[in-house]
Amino acid sequence: MDLDDFVKNFAEQFNETDPSLITPETKFKELEEWSSLISLSLIAMADEKYNVKLKGDDIKKAVYVKDLFEIIKDKK
Amino acid sequence: MAFVTINAVRIAGMSAFVPSKIESNYELNIIEPEERIKYVTSVGIENRRVSPAELTSADLCFHAAKSLIRSLAWNEKDIDCLIFVSQTPDYILPSTSCILQSRLGLSTECFAIDISLGCSGWVYGMFVISSLMASARFKKALLLAGDTISKVVSPYDRSTKPLFGDAGTATAISYDDSSDGFIFHTAVDGSGKDAIIVPGGMFRHPFSESLLEYHEFEDGNKRNELNLVLNGMDVFSFAISEVPKSIRALLDYASMRLDDIDFFILHQANKMINETVRNKLKIPKDKMLYSLKDYGNTSSASIPLTIVAQDLDLYKSKILKCVASGFGVGLSWASIYFTLKDTVLLPIGVI
Repeated sequence: MDLDDFVKNFAEQFNETDPSLITPETKFKELEEWSSLISLSLIAMADEKYNVKLKGDDIKKAVYVKDLFEIIKDKK
Repeated sequence: MAFVTINAVRIAGMSAFVPSKIESNYELNIIEPEERIKYVTSVGIENRRVSPAELTSADLCFHAAKSLIRSLAWNEKDIDCLIFVSQTPDYILPSTSCILQSRLGLSTECFAIDISLGCSGWVYGMFVISSLMASARFKKALLLAGDTISKVVSPYDRSTKPLFGDAGTATAISYDDSSDGFIFHTAVDGSGKDAIIVPGGMFRHPFSESLLEYHEFEDGNKRNELNLVLNGMDVFSFAISEVPKSIRALLDYASMRLDDIDFFILHQANKMINETVRNKLKIPKDKMLYSLKDYGNTSSASIPLTIVAQDLDLYKSKILKCVASGFGVGLSWASIYFTLKDTVLLPIGVI
């Protein structure tokens, strides 16, 4: 599992946010476009791209984009 | 995995009733006005039907059953079995099916039970009723599936209030040795019980006045202990992973391909879940039936409601091969293969 690919996949879930604003160190819940609907898109992305079932708590406890990367990596 | 084939049964007819009161998500004050269009587009629900206090799931099902019995020209006394599927019964006890036997004028020799399931309930009900028909040699049976979830959602909870509508349905099943019957897959995972739950009011947390107090949660939603709690993210994660697996497994077991199926009817959870499932299975858009836009998530009623909400007259003389899948509260999920042929599908009634 590649971090750069993950960040790219992560950024694709946003429509109005400039992808350059999304890095492994981004506090994603502070992005203006962040919403519960985007968290559902992230769950769908984890399922589709990594075959991993993300739970609500996984997203709740993640702060940085890289946290979610680690969670998905651990679940794989 | 639990797979079962039940032969020599067919769906003779289906009907649904909804309350007359319409609530629009475009006018819902708990969603910010500038977010409403985006919200409605994402969840796919514009309007929901909401019951007044005096109208119960049983009442909606009663009217659906009454009109279906009349249209089929069935004699009430010939109905061998009545199953009521709901999470919103009339009483803690007695069973609502007992009350409906009397209200509908069915024979005292009729077999009547309740099944306490929601989103997966219609498929489970079909499994139980057709299994009973095969083993007890019943000839005519009624499956009544309905819910008034609007009564247990908090008016201050954006995670539930915009999603749920009320409806009651009736499905008539009859013995028919020329029919190819029904095929089922069922599954359950109670470790996910907290994902969809009404925590208080029964025997684990019996009613007391303190349960009526509203609490504000970190997401800003307010609920009391008698309100429905929905962990949307966990349900989403569960549904997009398990539902495609269940449908694929059912088709494999039945030695059928996706292309063989005319229509897919998913429990109407929300558009994001249902479209993700559709995309994963690569089901063409025109094969997937919806009623979400006008009725929302109607729990156990959603699959039969979605079928009668369509204009299927076009296909009247054709055999329609259908796969339906119910999933949610429990967590419980199940898929069914069945056909519609000369099935009486009544237009949705309003009360």
